[in-house]
Amino acid sequence: MSTESIIWLIPLPPLLAFFLIVLFTNRRKALSHSLAVGAAILSWFGSMVVFFRAIRTEHLGLNPFESVINWLPTGDTWFQIGVRVDPLTAATLFFVAWTVLMIFIYSVGYHNFGQPKGDHDKAGLQPHGATIEDEHGHKHKAPSIEPMYSRFFAFIGLFAFGMYTLVVSNNLLTLFVGWEIMGLCSYLLIGFWYQKPTARAAMIKAFLTTRVGDVFMLLGIAYLYTSVGSLSYTDIFKPETLQKLGSTPAVGGFLGLSAAALIGILLFIGTVGKSAQWPLHVWLPDAMEGPTPVSAMIHAATMVSAGVYLIIRMYPLLRVGSEAGHLSPAMSVMAVIGTFTAIFAATIAVAQNDIKRVLAYSTISQLGYMVAALGIGAYVAVAFHLITHAFFKALLFLGSGSVIHGVEHGVLHTGEEVDPQNMFNMGGLRKKMPITFWTFLIGGLALSGFPIITAGFWSKDEILAEAFGNGHWVVFTVLAIAAFLTAFYTMRQITLTFLGEPRTESAQHAQETPWTMTLPLIILAVFSITIGWAGISESFPVIGGILPNIVHEFIGGTLLEAPEILPFNIWPLLISVIAALGGLSLGWLVYRNQKEGAEDPLKMALGPIHTVLKNKYYFDELYNTIFVRPAYWVADNFTNQILDRGIIDGILHFIARVASNVGHVFRNYFDKPVVNGFGDFVGEGVKKFGRSIKIIQTGKVQQYLLMALILAFGAMFYFVFTFLQH
Amino acid sequence: MIPLSWYLIFAAILFCVGLYGVLVRKNAIGILMGIELMLNSININLIAFWRYRASDGIAGQAFAIIVFAVAAAEVAVGLALIISIYRRRSSVVAEDMNLLKW
Amino acid sequence: MAAEQIIFILVAAVTLGAAISVVTSRNLIHSALWLILALFGVAIFYVLLDAGFFAVIQVIIYIGAIAILFIFAAMLTRRVMQETGPQSNSTWWLGALIAVLLFAGIALIFVNWQGFTTTASDLTNPGGRIVQLGLALVSPDQYLLPFELASILLVAAMIGAIYVAGEKKQ
Repeated sequence: MSTESIIWLIPLPPLLAFFLIVLFTNRRKALSHSLAVGAAILSWFGSMVVFFRAIRTEHLGLNPFESVINWLPTGDTWFQIGVRVDPLTAATLFFVAWTVLMIFIYSVGYHNFGQPKGDHDKAGLQPHGATIEDEHGHKHKAPSIEPMYSRFFAFIGLFAFGMYTLVVSNNLLTLFVGWEIMGLCSYLLIGFWYQKPTARAAMIKAFLTTRVGDVFMLLGIAYLYTSVGSLSYTDIFKPETLQKLGSTPAVGGFLGLSAAALIGILLFIGTVGKSAQWPLHVWLPDAMEGPTPVSAMIHAATMVSAGVYLIIRMYPLLRVGSEAGHLSPAMSVMAVIGTFTAIFAATIAVAQNDIKRVLAYSTISQLGYMVAALGIGAYVAVAFHLITHAFFKALLFLGSGSVIHGVEHGVLHTGEEVDPQNMFNMGGLRKKMPITFWTFLIGGLALSGFPIITAGFWSKDEILAEAFGNGHWVVFTVLAIAAFLTAFYTMRQITLTFLGEPRTESAQHAQETPWTMTLPLIILAVFSITIGWAGISESFPVIGGILPNIVHEFIGGTLLEAPEILPFNIWPLLISVIAALGGLSLGWLVYRNQKEGAEDPLKMALGPIHTVLKNKYYFDELYNTIFVRPAYWVADNFTNQILDRGIIDGILHFIARVASNVGHVFRNYFDKPVVNGFGDFVGEGVKKFGRSIKIIQTGKVQQYLLMALILAFGAMFYFVFTFLQH
Repeated sequence: MIPLSWYLIFAAILFCVGLYGVLVRKNAIGILMGIELMLNSININLIAFWRYRASDGIAGQAFAIIVFAVAAAEVAVGLALIISIYRRRSSVVAEDMNLLKW
Repeated sequence: MAAEQIIFILVAAVTLGAAISVVTSRNLIHSALWLILALFGVAIFYVLLDAGFFAVIQVIIYIGAIAILFIFAAMLTRRVMQETGPQSNSTWWLGALIAVLLFAGIALIFVNWQGFTTTASDLTNPGGRIVQLGLALVSPDQYLLPFELASILLVAAMIGAIYVAGEKKQ
């Protein structure tokens, strides 16, 4: 089968699974998850085939696998859409396919497939456990199966479709379509347990916040289309087009920017929303209300990666206007926001107690890394970090889900009322859940950038090296501090969760999760270790050069001019290793003796700053006051009362009244007297006439004859008179 | 010597007398007698016309023969009916046979 | 006035008088007897009209059969009509009016008809008319069909009369 056909087919199996589950198999849980996982396997297989063919093709960047069709007629020409696989797409397909498949398999176990139905489980709420009676009459509680099991798989199927569409598309329009589908599925999945008020609030917050970003992005796309006349990458990235965009001033002379810069910034704002950068970061931590596979997929591996994928893809456009050493406006904006977000989120993560919140802020911080790196022009490093981050972040989230499941099992067993997600209620889980422990540890070390053996080290190190090597000192310093904090809070998380002694009864009775959940963890852990070795820089001491720098050669080939490889510099390497190891050790030291019920030592160390960090710098409250409450006020008072009820309803009521009155008039003045009257008149008239006539039927023959003769006389007289006149 | 008009007038008077009998007599048999008179007057009319206007042919006579036969048949059936009615209702007054009224 | 005319007037007067008595007589038997007289008068008219055959038939059938039938019927239903009350029903005046009007109308029409006052022409072949009539009644190209139909009519009437007037066996 030709590669182009396979590329077209890759997004389709999850979409098909979505429709089949929604329309037909909603009641049958096993069939639904089989459809979904089967679809994921098909897409994975297609992606692997395309990937392996891609890496074996020479100069894929110059001759990507591309296939277009005419879609919309636009005057004389056609608006075309299509698929395109260049090196960046191939690499993205690789990690998207693996992480999506792992998460699909994980979801089977996460939603407790095979367990009995819960005692009081309702659709829309988390399952609360089922009481099982064994042969001896002992009752104990066990985890129960999710009531809305099939719906989950339908939604993640649709989501996978959106992501694949975004990745393989060759133009901004279908990218945007995939982008929005993922936004929708994110909304649906964050609010999966829709009866929970916090989940409902979170789903709306996520959708609206990303919507703000999407509006600006759509403006950028529209502006781009009007300037260039096409949205396909090949057309946009032609050197002449970029040149023209770079030299025309933006519409309205906006801040003295060129058209390219304005478009770039607008598109970047879309990424700010989707990848939860400051200031639109507020939705990601709340999105942890969704089930953990959702958090893993959407908020680690795929959706937030889509934002970064967009800016990597649009890099040639964003770069327009940057001369040597001097960044273009769009790139400066990215560098600033990315760096700020990285440190901002890292500081908040340090003060969080919920295991998933820590990971959420960690995601925001790592995405900040990537945005900042692209802002300073480290193209290959960003793509590399995107890939590695997807694997270890998905691993960490799935691992956290496994931990929560284990602790929940303990909660059900003991009947304790503790929050199974609070790290201060855990501890000692390395003995109870070994597989989860080792895989989580690998993921955490990768996140922190543990040298040599973890993938995160290689990608993070490359970003820091690029920053250092190109002389962006502020960016370098801030990112290094963020790296230190990252290592710290990661080790804090691992120590509190797995090391030490159990701090609650539930942690004491925690249990390892089934193979459907641990197998994906193991596979992702393998990738977290090995994928880094595909991108070892050639000038690295000792081991550089053993393996070719596949990542750089392959992904670097996407750009028309291959990015330069920096010469090796010991300083960024040293600083990054010190930051990583230092953060890890400090985290272990502070928390290794955390006792049950004891205060967080950081609280005592930082005092009031800790409260600010814990409350996320009060950004939610700020946005609530500035944006949310006024919006609700306008919606209720103006749109609801005045516009909707007053004007629109008023018009409708008026029309109804008029119609009713006209109807009454017709009824009482026309229908009843004339129509009914006529009908009644005819009926009554015939009856009266009949009654008056019937007396002539006397039954007496002689009278009949008399009458006949009288009438005959009439006729005869008539004839006589006419006859006589002759 | 006798003009046709005499016969026709005579037949007309006889017919009208018979008609009066049909319309006025109470007894059903009386009504039938009236009918007989009418039929006879018709026959006279026919024969008169035959004699005065078409005496070469036979049509008038044939017609009159048929009228004889019909009159006989009708009287037979009519009287049979009257007798049957008399047996049921013990009355032959025509005015009392009014079951077909409204 | 010729002898025929005198005979005509006499016989007409008798016949009409008898007819009027038929319809006004209170006694039904009397009516039947007056009817016989009237029929006799009609037979004489047939003779005057050179239709002797019809005169004989008139006497045999009408007087000999039909009038006798009337007398029988009158006697069979006599029990009720013992009292000879008025024989005319309540609307006799209307019947009289109609009869008179009818006569007036017929007369009016006849008077205005030009053939009203023709006199009789001589008969050709006076003796062979019976044979002619007989042949006419049985010739397929003359009046056979009406003859046969009349026969069927008589059969039907006979059967009908027997059935209707017959005693029903309980």
